[in-house]
Formats: sequence, structure tokens, C-alpha cells
Amino acid sequence: MILTIAGKELRGLFLSPLAWSLMAVMQLLLAWLFLLQLEAFMQLQPSLISLENPPGLTDLVVIPLLDSAAVILMLLVPLLSMGLFSREYQNGTFGLLLSSPVTMTRIVIGKYLALLVVVGLMLLLVAMMPLSLLLGGSLDLGTLAAGLLGLSLVVASYAALGLFLSSLTRQPAVAAVSSYGLLLLLWIIAMTGGKGEGLFRQLAISSHFHRLLRGLVDSADLVYFVLLIGTALVLTIHRLERMRSDG
Amino acid sequence: MTEQAHAPATEVLLEAEGLQRRFGRFQAVREVSFRLRQGEVLGFLGPNGAGKSTTMRMLSGTLAASGGRVLINGIDPLERPLGAKALLGYLPESPPLYRHLTVDEYLGFCARLRAVPRRERKAALARSKRRCGLDQVGRRLIANLSKGYQQRVGIAQAVIHEPRVVILDEPTSGLDPNQIRDIRQLIRELGRERGVILSTHILPEVQAVCDRVMILNQGRLVFSGELSELHRQENRSLIIQLDDPPDREALDQLPGVTRADPLEGNRYRLQLERGADHGVIAERIVRHGWVLQALCPEQQGLEQIFTRLTTGEGAA
Repeated sequence: MILTIAGKELRGLFLSPLAWSLMAVMQLLLAWLFLLQLEAFMQLQPSLISLENPPGLTDLVVIPLLDSAAVILMLLVPLLSMGLFSREYQNGTFGLLLSSPVTMTRIVIGKYLALLVVVGLMLLLVAMMPLSLLLGGSLDLGTLAAGLLGLSLVVASYAALGLFLSSLTRQPAVAAVSSYGLLLLLWIIAMTGGKGEGLFRQLAISSHFHRLLRGLVDSADLVYFVLLIGTALVLTIHRLERMRSDG
Repeated sequence: MTEQAHAPATEVLLEAEGLQRRFGRFQAVREVSFRLRQGEVLGFLGPNGAGKSTTMRMLSGTLAASGGRVLINGIDPLERPLGAKALLGYLPESPPLYRHLTVDEYLGFCARLRAVPRRERKAALARSKRRCGLDQVGRRLIANLSKGYQQRVGIAQAVIHEPRVVILDEPTSGLDPNQIRDIRQLIRELGRERGVILSTHILPEVQAVCDRVMILNQGRLVFSGELSELHRQENRSLIIQLDDPPDREALDQLPGVTRADPLEGNRYRLQLERGADHGVIAERIVRHGWVLQALCPEQQGLEQIFTRLTTGEGAA
């Protein structure tokens, strides 16, 4: 049943030009940034050799690329998730799901799975770029793996939060805008000084992500992302259960 | 008791007890109770805003009731929602269609969603398409279909899993007369083995397909009755049109006529005695040479009840 719903969503996402155009835009922007970093690295390389412990391709090209990818995907993922529930409300098709023998949990997980497939594809496209460097250079594969894991978790969190905000409104555009607001807030909340700094840092997506980018795989960071995704999905299920009584 | 004596095999498929629904301070539905038996087509009739759709949504489980309860084949949807929903087919007011899918894709999705076993899916799809006259459009996009076809896809979706209870909210809206006839026939067919509830504000529709009618007004159930009883009560008047009409007194003298009232354009309403024979009246008119243009029994029983119950508070 979960796969039935996921399959229908995927069909919807890929039949419209939206998913394709988002992937194209992402790839264009990231390829541009990637080539810029690569060129800068080539120019720096002669002077780097004289250093005792020189930063390599991974530090100077791959990590900045993954960092930019996290920001660009923040702008793109809400566009994928915005319609998943709000468009069903708008078209009156949600009644079909409500009157079918399917639990809300399965509906939510089905839709989330479909989102994960699309963003997974996007991540694959992102990962191709650093991996292509293996043709001519060497990478710190451990750091790269940690960075990709971090990026995957960040994007999966975007998707879960976007899905939740889509379940709150009938207007896809409102869902997208509020997703931007929430995601940006969770990103910049770490930029604070003074009291409560530690707490805000703990809440921010960026601080956990940057630790993973540096190659530090800490279970606390992983738990943060799992909790974030879980909370968003549980809230979505809750919200849908309420829909029946709110009308 | 008499009902059971008539058809002992029929069972109660759906039972509503004191259904209520509030939206904020607005009471949309109050204290609606009824039973739906197998082999019965039940028509919800009411003016716009009477609470028909709200009631249908509560019956289908897509809207929670503020009070009262629904039992579907003895199952409480609050306790076993999946079991209850598997027995239900529901067509909401606007058909819940994914416009970017083809008819086949959409109905296939619905069949999977309604847990039709994999092996039976193909047959279920073909059957519901045939029933709803969709054989020719299976591969077309729903978005490109006319409103009538879209409505039929909506009905096909509601019956694809052979539900025991079919709930149709205004099933014939947006259809042309031929399609309306087909859909009405389909509803009667469905009503043979299942229980069907439909809502409408079209009186002839109820007369054409329903066994029982319930009239809602301002959220209240104001009338409930067997249509066959209504039929027995009506047909006590005839509308005739004559090209060469005589005096009104001459019409009064026709056998079985108690009174003749002139209407506009050489038309008359003849009030009849119980058991008056329409054929005899027609024959007499022809023999008098009044040039009979039209003669039809006036279907006013339901209409009168409806008008009386749904206009003005005092009338009820």
C-alpha cells in the first residue's frame, strides 16, 4: 500500500516537468560552482606543494561543493514537497485517500518515500561530480562519504519538513514559502552569540551538517537528523488525523 | 416488522444514529438517524445547503461526526476504520480525480488503494469500466475528458472494489440526458445486491432510481418514506391540453373527475377520484371532439412534500 502511494506520487512528480527542471537547474548551478572551485585549486596547487601538510582536493573542492549543494537544495526541495498534500486538498482528491482503507501513517510514509526517491536521484547527480575527480586525482574517501551522508540527512530533513508544511495548507505556494522560512531559520539559528548559544547550535541543521562535512561522524549528529525527520513525519500524521474532525 | 416480512433475507448495511456535525457555531447536521438495507437505493433530497454533503461525508468516514455514530455492516469505523472503509465506495461532490493520469492508470491506482487482490485487479478494472461506459477512453488522460466522462470515472472509482455500500454525492451532475439515463440504470443495478445512498436536488432523479427518500432541510431529517407509498398517493391529478376546449363545467362532468382547473394555454388540471381510469377520460375527451393534444399524470406527490417541508420554517 505504501508502494502504491509512493508510485503514484513518483508518477505525478516525473510526469510534470517540475522534477526534471529542478534537477537541471541544480546540476547547472553546482557544475558551475564545481568548475570554479576546481580552477581555483589548479591555480593554488603550485604554492600548496610547499606547505608541510597541504589541504587536498577533498578539502578545497569537494567539501565546499557539498556545502553549496545543501544551500541550493534548500531552495529546490520545498518546490518538490509543496504540492504533495496541499494539491490533494485543492483538487478534492484527498477524499479518495480518506475514504480508502489506508492508514494515515501509510499515506505519509508513501509520499515521503516518493520524495526520497527524487531527492536521492538529485544526490546521485551531486555525488557524480566529486567522484569524477577520481579519474585524475585522489580523494579522501572517508571524508567524502561522511560529507555525502551529511548531505543526504540534511536533504531528507528538508523533505520531511516540507511534507509537514504541505499538509498544513491548501496553497502549494504557501507551503513552499513557509518551508523556506523554517529551513532558513534552522540553518541560520546557529549564528548567534551570547546566552543560549549552545542550545541554538544544537537546534541548527547547519552546525550538525558542518561537523559531518569535516569528516566527523558523531552519533549525536545522526540522532539529531533522525529525530528531526521523525518529528516532522509524526506531526504530519497527526495533522492528517485532525483533518477528519476539522473538516 | 412488515418490512422484514417482505424481504427476510435483507440485512442492514449501514446504520446512522443521531448524527450531528458542527462547524464552529454553525450546526450543519442535527440528529440524523436512519438505516440502509441491502438491495435498497436511498435518496437524500434537500435544497442546497441542507447538509446533504456533510452527511454523506460523515457516512463515508471522511469527516468525523460531532455526535452520534455510524455502523457499516455492524462495524464501527472509529474502532476498525480499515475494515469499515473496505466495505464502502464513495463519490464526493467533486470527483476525486488525478487529472495527469489516464483512466486506466487512475482506476488501477484506486483498485490497489482499495486493496483489490492483485489477481483480480484486471477483471475489476474491466468490469467497472464496462459498467460506467468507459471502455473507449481507458487510455486517455482524465484531464482531457469531458465533464460527463470525468463524472463516470468518479463513479467507476467508487465501485471498483465491489463495495457493499455505495455512497454517491450528486452522481448525475454535469451529465447530458443520455448519460443521466445510463447512470441511473447503473445505480439501479448496483442497488440490487448492495445498498446505495445518493444525494441530489433533482426530484425526478429520486423518483427514477430510489426505493426510499429522505428529505433534509437545515440539517434536519424532515421526511422519510418509501417511494412506492408516495406513488400510491400521487397520480390523483391529470394535466391535459385541448385544442378545442369546452366550458369548464363540461370537463367537470368527465367520469372520475372531481374538479377541473384551467391553467395557461388551453391546459387544465383535472383532480381525480380514487381509482379513476385515465383511459376512460381520454376516450371521452376524444369522443367529444375536444382535440386532445396531451394528457399526463401529474407527478406531484414528492414535489409537494418537498416544497412544503423545505420552504419556510412554519410550513414544517
